[in-house]
Amino acid sequence: MQPLIDTHIHLSRWPCRRLPLDETANLVEALQSRGVIQAWAGSFDALLHNDIAGVNGRLAEECRRHASFLIPFGSVNPMLPDWQEDLRRCHEQFRMPGVRLHPNYHGYRLDDPVFGELLRQCAERKLAVQLSVLMEDKRVQHRLLPVPPVDLAPLPEAMKRAPGVKLQLLNAFQVLRGELLLRLAAAGVCFETATIEGVGGVHKVLGQIPQERLLFGSHAPFFVFESAKLKLAESDLTAEQMKAVCEENARRFISL
Amino acid sequence: MAQLIGFADRMGVERLCVYMGMSWSRDPSPEEFRKQNDDVLQALKDWSHRAFGFVYVNAKHVQESLEEINRCIGDGPMVGVKLWVAHNCRSEELDPIVRRTAELKAVIFQTTWLKTDGQEPAESTPMDLAQLASRHPEATILCGHTGGNWEIGIRAIRPFRNVFADTGGGDPAAGFVEMAVRELGAERVIFGSDIGGRSMASQLAKVVGADIPEAAKQLILGENLKRLLTPILREKGVRF
Repeated sequence: MQPLIDTHIHLSRWPCRRLPLDETANLVEALQSRGVIQAWAGSFDALLHNDIAGVNGRLAEECRRHASFLIPFGSVNPMLPDWQEDLRRCHEQFRMPGVRLHPNYHGYRLDDPVFGELLRQCAERKLAVQLSVLMEDKRVQHRLLPVPPVDLAPLPEAMKRAPGVKLQLLNAFQVLRGELLLRLAAAGVCFETATIEGVGGVHKVLGQIPQERLLFGSHAPFFVFESAKLKLAESDLTAEQMKAVCEENARRFISL
Repeated sequence: MAQLIGFADRMGVERLCVYMGMSWSRDPSPEEFRKQNDDVLQALKDWSHRAFGFVYVNAKHVQESLEEINRCIGDGPMVGVKLWVAHNCRSEELDPIVRRTAELKAVIFQTTWLKTDGQEPAESTPMDLAQLASRHPEATILCGHTGGNWEIGIRAIRPFRNVFADTGGGDPAAGFVEMAVRELGAERVIFGSDIGGRSMASQLAKVVGADIPEAAKQLILGENLKRLLTPILREKGVRF
């Protein structure tokens, strides 16, 4: 079995329903039994909680219990006062390799100067950045929580403020395609597989972007983990492509 | 079609239920839905051992729809009726279509969505479908996509034993199939893929990855459809 590094999972509770694998121990057991050797975890709590420091502290502690398997990606909300301290703690106190951003849940656009500043500080600290484009299809969101996907159009310009930033877009493929996808890939942005759709979708994406830009991601436990894994089987990938997507690209993206 | 069968082979899918042809129309004229059904009939000529056809009709054109049902199911190889978004299924104009479909022992697939960000003008919700089902307990009706917002869709169809939840379309959200089995019973849940818009993988995962008994997965992945189609296939002399 090809070992998998899952670059996109979540801990804690989705705000609108209980999920079958939303207990960390159960999720870890399920992922390991399906060939995952490492998983990069954010917290659902980061979406709506204002006490981001508390969210990141719990995430770090939960991942510490499964050290070397769960890799924490804390969250930073640059619309909150003193967000720089959250970034500092993620880096210096919790030794996280990167942070996960939710601009649509936190209420800022990518052409907001504060986003450029956050990217710049991440690049300076050599922290990887995961930017979540959406969490769920806007058609099925709770009627009191409609959150549109992140508008990615300003991203190339924002990245100019942060030379060398390591950026991965999560859940990008429901909204990102065409020229902007190619432009971001050419600028070094990485992606993951969770929202790739259409028959043979992974193969088609690899026909559009460089092989080293695509990482394996499941969006579990919100999505059924098997979706990401079966997509690999559905596509006719070479052994080299498979190894790159499943493991090697992730190892290159962050160094632990 | 050959390409879709190739992916089906790759993913272990034995049969595809096929509807609508090469150029879709959301509100087809009789001429348009006949053309789309001709495309499906053409595909079935080569792939009848791997595919079942559903005839696409539009309840805005009742008489022409009935004629098309007779052509494609009564006198042809198809086994079901596909209704999409042209006309809300709550309308009584659907009644003759549903009655004729039931007489032929065929099944009805009605697309449903309950969209947080707004419905299309005539788009049907699971609640609309429940209304239709209450008037036609003799008909076998598949609730396409279970409304997308499946937690509400499952509740809407729960009282109607002749309505089945389709798992196809929508993201592979965890918990959908578990809830459907809990509330409807595994006998009322049917696997659908919604390819090529969707990945066969993401849709299969909803069932394969669900925390339900293996026997329930077998029902959802094939045995339920087999049971529903057995009467019409027997009349057509088709073994499945």
